[in-house]
Amino acid sequence: MRIRNLLKQYGGKKVVDDVSFEIHKGKVTSLIGPNGAGKSTIMSMISRLIAADAGAIEVEGKSLKDWQSRELSKHLAILTQSNNIQMKLTVRELIAFGRFPHSCGRNTKEDEERIDRAIAYMELEEFQDCFIDELSGGQRQRAFIAMVIAQDTEYVLLDEPTNNLDIYYATNMMKILRRLCDELGKTVILVLHEINYAAFYSDYICAFKNGQIAKYGTVHEVITKENLAEIYRVDFEIMEIEGRPLSIYY
Amino acid sequence: MIVLSFISLFVGVLDVSITDVLTGNTEALRVLFISRLPRLLAILCTGIGMSVAGLIMQQLCMNKFVSPTTGATISSAQFGILIALLFMKQSTIWSRAIFAFIFAILGTWIFVYFIQKLQFKDVVMVPLVGIMFGNIIGGVTSYLALKYEMSQALSTWLVGHFSMVLRGRYEIVYLTVPLVILAFLFANHFNIVGMGKDFSKNLGVSHNLILFMGLTISAMITASIVVVVGSISYIGLIVPNIVAMFRGDKIKGTLIDTALFGGLFVLACDMIARIVIAPYELPIELIVGIVGSILFVLLLLYRLKHGTKAISFGKKKQKIADAQGKVV
Repeated sequence: MRIRNLLKQYGGKKVVDDVSFEIHKGKVTSLIGPNGAGKSTIMSMISRLIAADAGAIEVEGKSLKDWQSRELSKHLAILTQSNNIQMKLTVRELIAFGRFPHSCGRNTKEDEERIDRAIAYMELEEFQDCFIDELSGGQRQRAFIAMVIAQDTEYVLLDEPTNNLDIYYATNMMKILRRLCDELGKTVILVLHEINYAAFYSDYICAFKNGQIAKYGTVHEVITKENLAEIYRVDFEIMEIEGRPLSIYY
Repeated sequence: MIVLSFISLFVGVLDVSITDVLTGNTEALRVLFISRLPRLLAILCTGIGMSVAGLIMQQLCMNKFVSPTTGATISSAQFGILIALLFMKQSTIWSRAIFAFIFAILGTWIFVYFIQKLQFKDVVMVPLVGIMFGNIIGGVTSYLALKYEMSQALSTWLVGHFSMVLRGRYEIVYLTVPLVILAFLFANHFNIVGMGKDFSKNLGVSHNLILFMGLTISAMITASIVVVVGSISYIGLIVPNIVAMFRGDKIKGTLIDTALFGGLFVLACDMIARIVIAPYELPIELIVGIVGSILFVLLLLYRLKHGTKAISFGKKKQKIADAQGKVV
């Protein structure tokens, strides 16, 4: 996936200003940065939820605009922050919606099998007939990930997936995303606030500041004392744990 | 099991009413075919149609309190009928129906466009705005009716009743059947759109197209009923809510239950309407209004108390608790 000269303005203010970068296939890429740096806006544009004012996003060598919406939804899945759906659906019914782009609502046996596998992968067998509004936040988040797995797309985009989750569920979520990449070969792109999750679980990090890319590279290239201090304007200490540069800030 | 017991319940009641009709009129089969059978079919179409229309509107608007009554559809349809009466003196039921269709669709679109633009925080605001909007249209309708001395003619369509349903002047109500089937075919689409704009975009479903199509379907169902029977409120509000409480919100699974329960509800109300002051009969709108408003208040109280949680049965709760216990 290639992003070229992306631009987005809100009321004359450039929220995303001439951003170009390339996403490495089959890797986990985290977008980090302070509030208002434009990470979520970029994510929304990549996932076609909002249109860019200028620039292009290419998926599999084809511009996002040239994709048919339904066709694209077989290649690219997005999980947004607001998943507090008021609807009374069972977990299985929700996950089954992931097959919609493939089956158009008439699920075949193969679709059902894929749903079963997605449920098994996220260890949701026991909850599959529960209504989603009866689950805890972490379980609900897992159900949504299972839906994305059932959707079976090459790209999986997540906008702050650890938001509103406690440490246990948030860490679990990051492990799941790592597995999606390692075991299922998916390209995972996520917006994260928590630098250490990004440093520990991703392959590449793209740091934003004021609507532009501040640093983009492998975890070790980006997560340095100098870079982080410049991006966040706070003092950092970096510690190497399990070969990963984890940071402490105060 | 729940489904089966529901269905058996419906079949039972339907049988009762059919035998009721049969035994009451053995000497006059003619009456049966000219009046009773059309009436029964009209009742069923009304119940099914109104509850399905309500179900679609609730899903698409993501609000449990939207329905043809609280979404200005019914009053728009009545306004359309009045316009037809005013400008086409020779108006047949078909031309009135066409006017009712157009106005009902327009009215519903305007209402939904309005609530989409304004994005109310409070769920109760949406139906309130709808009721206000409906009353404005209703006010204009009454004013025009009074001015052109049409109020008597119009009252037929203001208060719903089945006593005017005779062979030859009720067939439009059958339009609900293909429309309900159409709704069933698009059930999954409606569900996805009901999950929100981002959600439908992710799955490659065109949000606006489905939204307008669904609203058009439910407005047409409503209009075809209003033209024949008149206004029947509450069904589109209450029936889908009660069914959703037990069966969840997956439309493909609940559409049939909703339709059947709607038919049963109207049938029961119609029987009450005919029995209370026999041999005369009350307009069904009156009975539905009384039963419906009581149920509506109960529904509101229930929602306040329990939020949107499902009514779980003892066994199922236990299962969830077990499952959660295992995970911990």
